[in-house]
This record gives sequence, C-alpha cells and structure tokens, in this order.
Amino acid sequence: MIIPLNKEAVEVKKEQDTIFLRNRIKECATKTGMGLVNQTKLITAASELARNMLRYAGGGNVLVETVSKGRENGVRLTFKDTGPGIPDIAMAMKDGYSTGKSLGLGLPGTKRLVSEFDIKSTPGTGTVITIIKWKNG
Amino acid sequence: MSNQSPDLAKTLRKKRNDILELWMKNQLADVSLREDLLTNEELRAQSEELLDVLLQNLNERNIAEVESADFEPVVEVLSGISISRAKQGFTPRETGLYIFSLKDALLTVVQQELKDDPAQLVTAVLTISKLVDSFGVTTFETFIKGREEVILRQTDEITEISTPVIQLWDNILALPIIGTLDSSRTQVVMENLLQQIVDTGSSIAILDISGVPAVDSLVAQHLIKTVSATRLMGAECIISGIRPEIAQTVVHLGIDLSNIVTKASLASALRYAFGMLQLDVKKTIREK
Amino acid sequence: MDKIPILRMGHFLLVTIQTDLYDRLAMSLEADLVQMVSKTNAKGVLIDISAQSIVDSFMGRIIGNIASMCKILDAETVVVGMQPAVAITLIELGLELKGVHTALNVEKGMELLQTKIILPTEDTSDDDDYSA
Repeated sequence: MIIPLNKEAVEVKKEQDTIFLRNRIKECATKTGMGLVNQTKLITAASELARNMLRYAGGGNVLVETVSKGRENGVRLTFKDTGPGIPDIAMAMKDGYSTGKSLGLGLPGTKRLVSEFDIKSTPGTGTVITIIKWKNG
Repeated sequence: MSNQSPDLAKTLRKKRNDILELWMKNQLADVSLREDLLTNEELRAQSEELLDVLLQNLNERNIAEVESADFEPVVEVLSGISISRAKQGFTPRETGLYIFSLKDALLTVVQQELKDDPAQLVTAVLTISKLVDSFGVTTFETFIKGREEVILRQTDEITEISTPVIQLWDNILALPIIGTLDSSRTQVVMENLLQQIVDTGSSIAILDISGVPAVDSLVAQHLIKTVSATRLMGAECIISGIRPEIAQTVVHLGIDLSNIVTKASLASALRYAFGMLQLDVKKTIREK
Repeated sequence: MDKIPILRMGHFLLVTIQTDLYDRLAMSLEADLVQMVSKTNAKGVLIDISAQSIVDSFMGRIIGNIASMCKILDAETVVVGMQPAVAITLIELGLELKGVHTALNVEKGMELLQTKIILPTEDTSDDDDYSA
C-alpha cells in the first residue's frame, strides 16, 4: 500500500514555472534520501511531462508528494491537465512517435526514467499522468 | 467488562512490588537463566524498568487495546531490551521467554486478587495474556529488524567493494567487474566509474569483464549503456577481458558491439589506451 | 528576459550555462550562438554544462541543433563538463547526442578543439581583429 507522507500542489502555467517545479521536486527527493542519479532521472522525467503539459494543454497542475510503501520511500508526481487529451495512448508510448516537432522520446523515455508510470487520458477532457520514483528504484 | 477493567489496571499498579518479586523469583528459579550474560542485579534493573513503564502507561481503556498509542514508551523499552539482549548473545527464544515469564507473575497476582470472582478472573486473564503476547511479538520484530539492518548494510558494503575503480596510469582508469551484472549493479558500476572519471580527469576507462560469468543480451545492453554514458561525459570506454565463449554468445545473440572498442585482455586494452594517448612503452638498454 | 553570455576567445566561442535552462532561454541561446559564430567567423564552440543538474530531451535537442548548425557554418562544437548523473539519465532517456563532441572539462575541450581545427593563417586573424 502506498501512503502519502506530505503533499504540495504546484501550478505550471508558463515555462519558468518548470524551474520552480524542479526545485520543489529536488527538495522532496532529497528529504527521502534519494541518490543523485535517481533524483536527476526523476527531475528529468518531470521536466519532460511539464513540457508536454505546457505544449499540448496550455499548462496544468502538478501534485508533488513524498510517499512510502513498506520499507521504500519515494516521490510521487501527478500531472493533471484539462487539455485535448491523448487519443491513442499506445501509440504515444512508442519510441520515436511525436505529434509535435520533437524527438518523440517524451513519454516512453520518461517511463524508462521512473519506477512506476501510469497514464489516463480522455480526449476532450484532459490527461492525468502519475509517476513514482522509489528511493532505490 | 467496562466496569471490571478499571479495577484491573489499578490493581496491577497497586501490586507492583508483588509482581516484581514474583517475576524475579520465577526468572531466578528458571533453568534457562543466563547468569553468564546478565548479572542478577542487571536483570532486576531491566525487569523493574519494563514493569514500571508498563504499569505507568496502563489504564482501564488501553488494557484491552494492544495497538494503543499509549504503549509506545513500553514498546520503546521493549525494543531497547530486545536489541541489547541480542547484542549480549541471548537467543530470540530466551528474550521471548523473558517477556512471557512476566505474564506468569501478572496472572498469579490477578488470580489471588480475583479468586472470588471466576467470571472477572477469566476476562482479566485473557486481557493480560493478549497484552503480554503482543509485547512478546514486539521483541521478535525488533530482533528481526535489527538483523535486517545488518543484512542491508552488508549488501551495501558488498556492492561498494565489488566495484573498485583503479587508476592504471595518468588518464587511464580500469574497472574489473566480478560477478553477474544486473541492472542495479550496472547502475552502481556506472555511477562509480563516471564519478571517478570526473574526479581524476581520466579520459580513458577500461571495463574488464573477465570476471563476468555470462553475457546475455541484457548484460550487453548494460555494457553498451555504460560505454555510451562514458562517451557523453567526454571519455572513451574500452571493454576488455572478453573470453571466446562470450564472443560466441554475443554473435549468436546478434548483439551489435561494433561501436565499442573491445579487446581480449586487459593488457591489450592498456596497450590500445597508450596508443590513444600517444604514449610509448620502451625497454631501456642499460649501459655497461 | 535572461540571456546566456557568449564569450569570445580567439577563434573559439565559450558558453557557460550557469542558470537553470527553460525552453525559450535555450532556444534564444541557439539563435544567439549561431549568429555569433557567423559574425565572428569562429572555428570552434565550447559549451560548458557543468552547472546543469538536468538535461532533458528538449535541451538535448537544442545542443544537437547547435552542433549541426555550427557544423554547416564550419565550426566544431564541444560540450564539456556533463555531470555523471546527467549522462546516465540521457542514456536511459535514449538520447546519445550523436554528432556532438564531448570532453571532461574546459581544458580538455580546448585541446580537443585545437586538434580538430586547422587554424587560419595570420592574415585572416588580422581580418578578424579588424571586423571586431
């Protein structure tokens, strides 16, 4: 069972907000005792998701939580937007796929960087992506 | 039951000295007494501390609720006893029996107090049994937790010592990998290697896999990742110690290692590294 | 808006990215740097990212773009000082920065640039001074 220890909401409306988001995540991750490499992976993943949110949905909210499961501690991030949604998730999760003008590493690359990745999207309503990075994951 | 329990907690508190004496007597009479590990005075002090903290925190409400937060101080003392006993060399069984012997003392006292009321007696006995049993379990938990911590620490130590990074020459590092290369190990190897590259400013790293029993596609992928990360940092990575069997499997599995410099032995890797750094190793001819 | 300073050292341009990058800042760096290469006729570009705690796919792409664009303008690009954690993350992300030269630090980066570039003769360097 995953128990949240503390939570904080960060609004991402413009590009500069992502820097604030990164710093908040770094603080949280440091508190759990996460190593530098895993911290970097988590923050990079968050940076990718925040960019997607800004680019495709014009921004959204990120919930930053420190969570624990058994002996493991970690950081859980929930990215929520009310944008157009992703019509074909399976397609979006493929390496090299992009609707925008990017490398198409966004979602699949992000998934490789974190311990747990969950995506829910309804076209026209919005997208919710939840990622967890365990301290030793 | 609600009108009986208050009596129980209070009764026990009132009978504190009796309980302690009885408990000590039981313990000293027991064949499993370990005077070699703990003197009788120390045992008495330990028992007194535990009994006092228990009686202080016991009241009519929580006596039937073993999970109550009121017992935190008790659990703390119990954990302390469990850990110190484990260090002194008591077996977990002996520590468990020590806690259970308290139950006997408590029950004897309760029996004397309530001998005229069998119905209350049964309730009291059940309540006390449950409480002390839960404390007994706590000592086991603490014991296991202590052991687990030792195991975790050792695991960390093993990963630490099993990935030594050696400076072979100015600008040349070597990392002999011994044992199976799984993804968590690769992570440690990669981190160590890259950090050492930064710290020493070395531009060539040799990854020696003579000690890796088998290379499958996953291990190969880990190796390729390590090489790519080294290159991103601005250093070159050579893989050495490739045994013929490994060369065979790599080709049979269709793994492409063509982008990586591979050498059969650490010596030839070092020679190659010297070449990259434009170094020349010469035999000096001594003048007679 | 913030700007990342570009320093000129002889035939080389040196960029040290000290602030946290966001996308627009990275894009303006790309534009400024390419302008500068063309204006100064620089032969080498050295980008120091040792202060960057993360490089994500977008920034990776910008770095790749800068290298390709400079190449067209006949300048070599070297990225120096990448943090180990950043390198590991980029590999996991699937970004290898192909076509970008890398070096451990500024000093080694300079050495690398010098080996890659055949420096122009005295005349042209005089021209450079004149135009600057």
